[in-house]
Amino acid sequence: MKKKMIFSDFFKNNGVVMGCLLIGLVSFWLIFLIILPQLSMLDYSFRFNLPPAEVGGPKDVYTLSNYQHLIYGSDTTHQTYNTVDLKVFVRTIIAAMLVTIFNIFLCYPLAYFLGQSKGSGFVRLLVVLLIIPYWINEILRAFALRIIFGDSGLLNEALMFLHLTSEPIDFIRQDIALYAGLGYAYILLMLFPMYNVIESLDRNQIEAARDMGASWMRIHRRIVIPHAKPGIVSGATMVFMLSAGALAAPQILGGPSSLWFTQLVYQWFNDSLNWQQGAAYAIVLLASTIIIVLTVMKIFKVNMGDIGK
Amino acid sequence: MSSGVAVDLENITIRFGDFTAVKDANVNINGGDFFSFLGPSGCGKTTILRAVSGFLEPSEGRVLIGGNDMAGIGPNKRPTALIFQNLALFPLMKVWENIAFSMEVAGASAAERRKRADELLDMIALGGQGDKLPSELSGGQKQRVAIARALCANPDVLLLDEPLSALDLKLRQHMRTELREIQQRVGITFIYITHDQGEALTMSDNVAVMKAGVIDQIDTGHNIYDDPATPFVASFVGENNVFRGKVKSVSGNEAVITTNRSGDLLTRITPAQVGKLAVGDDAMMFIRPEALELAPRDADSKTTISANVINEEFEGNSFSVFLEGDGGKQIKMSVPNLGQDRISVRGENLSLRYDASNAVTMPAGELASE
Repeated sequence: MKKKMIFSDFFKNNGVVMGCLLIGLVSFWLIFLIILPQLSMLDYSFRFNLPPAEVGGPKDVYTLSNYQHLIYGSDTTHQTYNTVDLKVFVRTIIAAMLVTIFNIFLCYPLAYFLGQSKGSGFVRLLVVLLIIPYWINEILRAFALRIIFGDSGLLNEALMFLHLTSEPIDFIRQDIALYAGLGYAYILLMLFPMYNVIESLDRNQIEAARDMGASWMRIHRRIVIPHAKPGIVSGATMVFMLSAGALAAPQILGGPSSLWFTQLVYQWFNDSLNWQQGAAYAIVLLASTIIIVLTVMKIFKVNMGDIGK
Repeated sequence: MSSGVAVDLENITIRFGDFTAVKDANVNINGGDFFSFLGPSGCGKTTILRAVSGFLEPSEGRVLIGGNDMAGIGPNKRPTALIFQNLALFPLMKVWENIAFSMEVAGASAAERRKRADELLDMIALGGQGDKLPSELSGGQKQRVAIARALCANPDVLLLDEPLSALDLKLRQHMRTELREIQQRVGITFIYITHDQGEALTMSDNVAVMKAGVIDQIDTGHNIYDDPATPFVASFVGENNVFRGKVKSVSGNEAVITTNRSGDLLTRITPAQVGKLAVGDDAMMFIRPEALELAPRDADSKTTISANVINEEFEGNSFSVFLEGDGGKQIKMSVPNLGQDRISVRGENLSLRYDASNAVTMPAGELASE
């Protein structure tokens, strides 16, 4: 009943022609650009990597061997585990979580400051200054960070000039550059959803709480953070998903011994030309991140609908 | 419950940059009073309230609550509780959590808080509604929750910033009575900010009328209505007809003024201005619509005005007759409906009379804009 109302209202507001066009475009986007490619990846992940001549032949049957390979490192025995790839997988997920948490702590005070200063000229300037670096290509930004974090880079030069260290710190090998790059890559996607919700908070609520004697900690814990929760979760979801799926930053800023799970996927597709195996790895990453996001949303009692606000 | 604490404002001036929002305000509010600040928007009344609550410090002067100087004491440390214009209930907390928030801040246990919240909910006739969210309540119920939340901390002074302005007319009138009842039950000092004279007159023990940062008059609602101190108060509070003229003679608290249209008229000088009118001064005389009546043939010309009827409106309980006044202003006469078909005919010249005690005169000054 309610769904029907939404549809009739949608057509009433936009007109039949415009309504059909909008629905058509969104459907095209969803079906052809998202659902079908993903379905074909899903299909690939359950097939053998066969020479072109045998595709569609009697040997082209569904199999779990690609998934078995990720877990056991072999398609046949279950004696040993694929510790190398599994470690990379776990490390990727945990690091993406840490990057997300780090971004939450970094963005919250900034978003609060921006959101509560009610769009003064200075604040608008700050926002523009935050956006401008993102006009630059992601790969260029990653290389710029690599230069800054390099042995004779700006950061090391500065540290040595200040006599804080006597020899250059290897930020790249210690993965500091990688985490900084990942954190920086998607930080605006955390900042803006937070900023939007905090800006919509009625200032009187903060004053009312203050009038009743609440400390700043309590005001944030009881009033600002609950209000900002949908924005925080929405930002965290995007940062987590994109960090876990990032390729450029790990490729450019990662140390020689540390792989990101997306790099494994990339290797299967590009170096080994085993799309079926790569698809299985990609599907595992996608499914895991979705499950983690849904679990976190459940724990923090946030609905899908809240995120769209 | 506390017996009410006095609030004194001594020579309060509040400036924002070059703009003076409040100028040299002196107010003594008795403990347990329902005191209203009445004035048009932008007159500085909310600024005064914020100075009492502690959200801003006056540029000059002192705020005393219960005789204690409040300088440098933040809003959370003052014995006041503020009810915001938009109520500022916490939308994500349940009603009972909203009400007991000040106890939560003080570290009370959940059971204690719940108990007190339930008591207050009973007091505001919302027993059993504690587990709802504020959004599930009606406007009047939210209003009462905001009052309960403010009362929960046992404040000595409750500050209310136009809390009824968002309600519809019927509910607003009902809430006036209710607010007054709650105030008398808890016995603490209420300071109420409003631009609605009806609210100020019905609820308050005393009213301060403000204009552009200056307090024109502080008195009971009755005295403000009957004996306005300035032309602004006379024209802002209730409806009033203004007659401009020059003082012809003064004797004690009575005066005769010469008006442009109606000749010499006998009038009473408003108490605040007795002794301040001299012969030849510009004066304004005010007569309320309900103080005018049709004049008999032998009426005294010193309390009679004649004017042409512009039109007449039927209001149900009364007729409003509009006549040509001076300076483009209309004279309004209100006649109770006692079964007459009509009072006047358009264009007809009418003679109106009044009691000299119902006409108040004061030195000419600024009127309230419509």
